[in-house]
Amino acid sequence: MSYAKAQSKSTLWDWLTTVDHKKIGIMYLVAGAFFFALGGLEAILMRIQLMFPEFTFLPAQTFNELLTMHGTTMIFLAAMPLLFGLMNYIIPLQIGARDVAFPFLNSLGFWLFLFGGILLNISWFVGGAPDAGWTAYVPLSSESPGTGIDYYVLGLQVSGAGTLIGGINFLVTIINMRAPGMSMMRMPLFTWSSFVASILILFAFPALTIGLLLLMLERVFDATYFNVGMGGNVIIWQHLFWIFGHPEVYILILPAFGIFSEVIPTFAKKRLFGYSAMVFATLIIGFLGFMVWAHHMFTVGMGPVANSIFAVATMAIAVPTGIKIFNWLLTLWGGRIRFTTANLFALAFIPSFVMGGVTGVMLATSAANYQFHDTYFVVAHFHYVIIGGVVLGLFAGAYYWWPRIFGYKLDEKLGKIFFWLFLIGFHLTFFVQHFLGLIGMPRRVASYLDGQGLNAMNLISTIGAFLMAVAFIIFVVSIFTSRNNKVTEEDPWGDGRTLEWTIPTPTPEYNFAQTPLVRDVDALWYEKYEGDGKMKAAEPLGDIHMPNGSILPIVISLGLFIASFGFIYHHAGFTWLAVVGLAITFGAMFVRSIKEDHGYHIPVDEITNNKGGE
Amino acid sequence: MKHLWRLLPFTFILLLAGCGKQNLSALDPQGPVSEIQFSLIMLSLYIMIFVIVVVFVIYVLVLIRFRDRPEHTHIPKQVHGNKALEVIWTTIPIVLLLILAVPNVMQTFTLADTEPTDADMVVRVHAHQFWWEFEYPDYDIVAGQEMYIPTNTKIILELEASDVIHSFWVPALAGKQDNVPGIMNPMWIEAPNEGVYMGKCTELCGPAHWQMDFKVIAVDPDTFETWAANMVEGPQDVADTGNELAVEGRAVFEQSCISCHAVAGEGGNPQGGPDLTNFGERIVAAGYLEFNDDNIEAFIRDPQRYKPGNAMQAFPNMSQDEMDALIEYLHTLKVLE
Repeated sequence: MSYAKAQSKSTLWDWLTTVDHKKIGIMYLVAGAFFFALGGLEAILMRIQLMFPEFTFLPAQTFNELLTMHGTTMIFLAAMPLLFGLMNYIIPLQIGARDVAFPFLNSLGFWLFLFGGILLNISWFVGGAPDAGWTAYVPLSSESPGTGIDYYVLGLQVSGAGTLIGGINFLVTIINMRAPGMSMMRMPLFTWSSFVASILILFAFPALTIGLLLLMLERVFDATYFNVGMGGNVIIWQHLFWIFGHPEVYILILPAFGIFSEVIPTFAKKRLFGYSAMVFATLIIGFLGFMVWAHHMFTVGMGPVANSIFAVATMAIAVPTGIKIFNWLLTLWGGRIRFTTANLFALAFIPSFVMGGVTGVMLATSAANYQFHDTYFVVAHFHYVIIGGVVLGLFAGAYYWWPRIFGYKLDEKLGKIFFWLFLIGFHLTFFVQHFLGLIGMPRRVASYLDGQGLNAMNLISTIGAFLMAVAFIIFVVSIFTSRNNKVTEEDPWGDGRTLEWTIPTPTPEYNFAQTPLVRDVDALWYEKYEGDGKMKAAEPLGDIHMPNGSILPIVISLGLFIASFGFIYHHAGFTWLAVVGLAITFGAMFVRSIKEDHGYHIPVDEITNNKGGE
Repeated sequence: MKHLWRLLPFTFILLLAGCGKQNLSALDPQGPVSEIQFSLIMLSLYIMIFVIVVVFVIYVLVLIRFRDRPEHTHIPKQVHGNKALEVIWTTIPIVLLLILAVPNVMQTFTLADTEPTDADMVVRVHAHQFWWEFEYPDYDIVAGQEMYIPTNTKIILELEASDVIHSFWVPALAGKQDNVPGIMNPMWIEAPNEGVYMGKCTELCGPAHWQMDFKVIAVDPDTFETWAANMVEGPQDVADTGNELAVEGRAVFEQSCISCHAVAGEGGNPQGGPDLTNFGERIVAAGYLEFNDDNIEAFIRDPQRYKPGNAMQAFPNMSQDEMDALIEYLHTLKVLE
């Protein structure tokens, strides 16, 4: 297929078949934003229910479904895809590559995630969503009536496969596709932290896969891994879940750390302080992230030896995290700090995340954890790290890279209103929850009794949640009202330091007309102040080889989507659907394997034209 | 707002003094276990406030001093880093963490000291969807929903669950341990003062999770011995009291209730509901409702409305006469008078 022919296809077909990392990145962002709004709506419904004591806005069963879906959606379908969107779009640009290592797999990863997410949410309409918490502890989950948990198991299994594929793809891309001169220790921190997060994905997701598989066998095929009466053990699920689940929080926070490490230097006009310390701190956090899973299980009866070990190991994570915080502060020290919306989010992150971090150390104190565990103190803690860390990071990254991705700048005035409303709402919602937990409010309660001293703070918390919702609506509005702030320059912030700011806006399909030569950390900054302001080319101008699009990723994903229904309704006699679905998936994989596809070339003329007749 | 956390220590002290119910809050410890935990909470909090203050001071200083001004034209010096600083902010946190980690490990072992001695009392805590059962093996007693304990006695709790995972939490007396099906988890509590302490289930266990409350009632050791002896003996026979209505009520009870609910060791079954031997002395009905006739009747007629997902049979069509008699009988189930 020639380039011209590819152009003539319809836009829809183009997006459905694309293997371009930039388009896939945008699709991740759009889908992630949709699920973020959905998870937010679920949160608002829960906060309305908890606004007053013994309120009857929602039945308890619905509440349990909402709390399960809120957590599952926000972690798997919002935070991860939004980060994946940024990683997809930005990493190849930051390392001077034309695409990821496996464009086809990249597309497959996205469609698996999307079909998994849709599958999970279909449960709302067919007998109820999963209701055992995002952690799905057995035997509550294994014995939960209805099909909600089956949708949870299959939905996460399908989307988890997509995540695993995506993670592997990023690893190979970062290892193999860096531009000449970009050694590992010259990589931008966002790429570094995404690299470490991808390693975590590679080792953590298989534990989830196995856990989900066991739970599926238990529910669908009547296995007895978790059936105590048949000699099963219910704690093994918690280990499997948290061996995945704890690294998962670092999978989320590390790329966010990476975003801050890009945004803060850019808007302080200063090189990241302690680059190598930052890299090693990231690696140590990633490593220790695998050593601490059982701190989620201090109260399940592991005994004092295990509890002490996991307590001390968990506290150790505070050290590399502290290193990062102080390095960010010292990056700002001596800089010229510009308070753009992107930087406001990055700056607000520091105190917010420190608060979430210190409560993390408090929670790691195993003997005191017996009081904190499974109360609103924990709810406050992980929202401080996930909103104060990951979500603020996503918004900082969105404002920062928006002109690169969408070719226009988001309105700064609306952006600042959004920022302040969101930040105030966030602290209002979650600060009081620390105390709610300490004075006796367990988490995951559908209501609470009057006269227990919990009323005022719950009301405050709900008001804060509404503020966050209003703030998010302002953000969505600003996406549409800012469309005229068109950007044409390569480096719209003026202080760009890395390779993504060296190419035309909008980004050409092939990213770099010529692969750049990297001469230092912050390659662009180096050329600005040590060179002539332009990247040196590492290759002559020539035809660029591009991969063809393919519809097969959707077909493969659709097959698994169909097969999932076969498993979910196995007891109702729909097992044949599983056979049909798997046949579609394996058939499409077979076609992919035997079909020769050499891609196409973009001729050099077209590239020179696009460069503006340079 | 990002400056709000400056108020943290003050807010905390205010809360200590004011908010929170005395018999529910972990911040107002009423026994040695919760005191150990409270002291660790406070130790960690002080260390953390120190950390927060240090970061905040640098943060505010940086934002004020180094904000960009229109007259600025210089390019900031591109500093690579500073080894001495890196060492400092690696070492100080390690020292701070050691200050916290050492007492924590010691206390973790103290709290795990659950090997019963002769002076201790053992209570087996069975958690069910959505109620609590307290078995006293030394006395051969089973009690529902309310755990009587003698003051100043180390109580070894052996936690178990019959269906899904629950978690036993009495914040004023002790942090929680999980009730796990198939596994016995021990913990210990002690209450120096008489009182009623509120307990809650803290592991999501189904729709009525939030209503799965219980009480720990600490009484002086003599009263406890009386209670225990009378729990074995059972409440006074209603036939001896001349209360005709209660006698009728007992007939209703023996027809409709006793197969699931035991009284003084009679009736009940392993899949049944709470022991009702001392039901007349309950502080709340169904674990969380105000203890009055209307609530008791409403619960018997439609248990699902009050604790969705619980296993009790509904009696929507019980005649009013039978209901009145039954409730009269239930009120006579007392062991402490």
